[in-house]
Amino acid sequence: MSLDGSLSIRVNGDHRRVPGGTSVAEMVNLLGLDPLRVAVERNLEVIPRSTLEQVCVEDGDDYEIVHFVGGG
Amino acid sequence: MNAPQSFNSDTWTVAGRTFTSRLVVGTGKYKSFEENAAAVEASGAEIVTVALRRVNISDPNQPKLTDFIDPKKVTYLPNTAGCFNAEDAIRTLRLAREAGGWNLVKLEVLGEAKTLYPDMRETLRATETLVKEGFEPMVYCVDDPIAAKQLEEVGAVAIMPLGAPIGSGLGIQNRVTIRLIVEGANVPVLVDAGVGTASDAAVAMELGCDGVLMNTAIAEAKDPVLMARAMKAAVEAGRLSYLAGRMQKRRYADPSSPLAGLI
Repeated sequence: MSLDGSLSIRVNGDHRRVPGGTSVAEMVNLLGLDPLRVAVERNLEVIPRSTLEQVCVEDGDDYEIVHFVGGG
Repeated sequence: MNAPQSFNSDTWTVAGRTFTSRLVVGTGKYKSFEENAAAVEASGAEIVTVALRRVNISDPNQPKLTDFIDPKKVTYLPNTAGCFNAEDAIRTLRLAREAGGWNLVKLEVLGEAKTLYPDMRETLRATETLVKEGFEPMVYCVDDPIAAKQLEEVGAVAIMPLGAPIGSGLGIQNRVTIRLIVEGANVPVLVDAGVGTASDAAVAMELGCDGVLMNTAIAEAKDPVLMARAMKAAVEAGRLSYLAGRMQKRRYADPSSPLAGLI
């Protein structure tokens, strides 16, 4: 944790900072994404969409945020 | 005879879901989302395969596939293309289930980049794990009737052998083994990969397959929307031909007009 209380996390391989106490749903919103249209993996564990509001972001978390794209 | 009264009543069922269209199309390699959506429409497909990838967090407002192809109208079949081991494929599908909310998925575990041949050892392992976790995997596989049986035994809901390497467009190179798989299977069999043009799709259906899955044959046609229409017609023609039961082949000619009454 930094001096200002913000959390250092990785999202899709990029470094990001979010305020302490942020839920995963809020973090997804802060990135400009709709939590209903993505799937979130935190430290290699899928977070069920129904619990995105309850799970809090923690310092050092590693997130993958994915969605459907064209493919064969 | 199991021929349906009308073609409209000829449906197929996978994991309890019933479909009329026997053509499954991919959503990769298109020039634009608009073209992709028009091709899906023209193909009449009720299932499209999709990939799962990272969202672009530096530009979250980019257009999305779901804006153009409505997952409420067309069944999205998440695919693990690009996964080279069971763990990556399982991880991808766990996320896909969360993104989509359904268990029907397409498993594809590749063995090498050059041929994109499936790695059957990893594919079987992944199928077992996925079934234990409640997934209903339709499985891309080699054209081996024994491997197909083994997949079915561990719970694959559909067997999807390749007709030729992915993206090659070489056509159905393995009619004998595809037919053997069809004859031995108790779940739907779909040729997945190898179709290059409409007649290839008809061949797959004439072998008795329940359906055909293709992407590149449509996406890389000069006119993808027109080719999508052609594929729809070919799959229907091939299916009807299979149900009708083809004539026996002869070694020599047999006249169509009566010989009696010749002047």
